[in-house]
Amino acid sequence: MNLTFSHRRISGLLAVVPANERSFVEDMANFNSPPARSLKLMKVMGYDKHRVVDGPVCASDLVCFGMEHLFASGALARDGCDALIVVTQSPDYIMPPTSSVIQGRLGLKQDMFCLDINQGCAGFLIGLFQAFSLLEQPALRKVALVNVDVMSRKTSPRDRNSYPLIGDAASIAIVERSQDGTAIHANLKMDGTRRDALMIPAGGLRLPCSPETAVMEDDGENNFRAKDNLRMDGSAVFNFVQVEVPPMIRDLLQAAQAGMEDVDYFLFHQPNRFMLHKLADQMNVPYEKMPSNIVELYGNSSGVTIPMAIVHNLRERLLTGSIQACLAGFGVGLTWSSMLMRLGPLDFCELIDYK
Amino acid sequence: MQTVEDILKEIRPEFDFAASENFIDDGMLDSYDIVTLVSDLDKAYGISISGLDIVPENFQNIASIQKLLRKYGKP
Repeated sequence: MNLTFSHRRISGLLAVVPANERSFVEDMANFNSPPARSLKLMKVMGYDKHRVVDGPVCASDLVCFGMEHLFASGALARDGCDALIVVTQSPDYIMPPTSSVIQGRLGLKQDMFCLDINQGCAGFLIGLFQAFSLLEQPALRKVALVNVDVMSRKTSPRDRNSYPLIGDAASIAIVERSQDGTAIHANLKMDGTRRDALMIPAGGLRLPCSPETAVMEDDGENNFRAKDNLRMDGSAVFNFVQVEVPPMIRDLLQAAQAGMEDVDYFLFHQPNRFMLHKLADQMNVPYEKMPSNIVELYGNSSGVTIPMAIVHNLRERLLTGSIQACLAGFGVGLTWSSMLMRLGPLDFCELIDYK
Repeated sequence: MQTVEDILKEIRPEFDFAASENFIDDGMLDSYDIVTLVSDLDKAYGISISGLDIVPENFQNIASIQKLLRKYGKP
C-alpha cells in the first residue's frame, strides 16, 4: 500500500551500541568450517566487527542509557515526550511492554502514550508511520521512536549463518510536526505466508522453552542452533530482498514523481554487504550513495541499522544541512517498506557507547 | 582467464566438480559457497551477476554455471 504524510520531521537521532566489540576472527573458532573458507566468506559478506552486549543486558538497559544521555545533555527534557514507541523483537518480558518498563525506569510522565511494536528490520519505517499518525492528535507534540534489539542473546554462537552478522543496538529518534508541507511518500507490503524465513521457533506459547528446545541441531550446512535461537533461512531472505526491494523503490519514486537522481542517499537496512551491493547493482545506484558499512563496523541490529547508517555516515552534514533520503527496511514478517523524505537539519545526531 | 572449474576448485579443492551433475545435492556447495562463487565469477569475468539469478538451479553443475555466464555475454 502507498502512504503519504506531510508536516512531519525527525528532529534528532541518537544511536547506542554496546562497548563490547567482537571480531569475526574471534567468532570463527565456534564455526564448524575450515578457517580459510570462513575468511573468504568474511571478505565477501563484509563481516568484520560487531557490537554485542556482554552479560544479561536487556533492551530497556540500552534505551534508558541513551535517554539519560539525552536528558543530561539537554537535548531532551524528561517530560518532553508525549509518546514512546518501542520497536523490538527482544523485549525485556512477554509482558509488560518494554515501553512501560522504560517509562517507569526513567520516571517519565503519566500523561503519555507508551506502545510496543513487534517488528524487526523494517521497524524504523513502521515506527515512523506510527509516530507520524500519533502526531495527528493535537495533545501530542513530540514522539520518541525507539528501535532496539539485543538479538545476540537469542543467536547461537555456533551459527555462522547469523552470529557473525548480529549486532545489538538501540536508536532514539525524536519525531515532531514540521512547517514543511512537502509530501513524505512511503509504501509497505507484508507477507505472513513467508513468516518462517526469519523466526525464533521457541519461547512463545506455541512452543514454550524447554530442555528439548535448547538442544543444538545441525541445519545441514554445519550451523548449530536450538529452537530457542534465531533461525534465518539465508537463501530465502536473500531471494526475497532481491525480488521485492527494487520494484518497491521504483513504485515509491513513481508515486513521488521523483527519479533516482533526486535521491542523495539510499539508506537501506544492512543485512550484509554482498546483499546490498547486489541490490545497488540491480538498481544502478553507486555504492557510495548506498552505505553498507554498518554491518562490518557494528553488526546487523535489525531496525536500528537505518538510524545507525544515518548517524555514522551523515552526522556532520545533517547537523547543519539536509538530504533527500530514500529509506528502506525489509525482513521479519516478511515485511518490506520504503520512504522518501527530507532528513535534516537535526538538533542532535550522535552515537554513544553503552558501558 | 580462470575457468569455472578453476574457480570451483579454489573454493572447495577437495571435490572433483567435473564428476558431479548436482553440486548442491552432492553436498559440494552450500549457500555460502554459492555467495563466494558469485563474488569470484563477478571478479574473474568483470560482470555483476544479478541478485535475481542467484538461485540454486543456476549453480547445479558446470554446464548450468556456463549457461548463466553466457547470459552475461561470457563464454
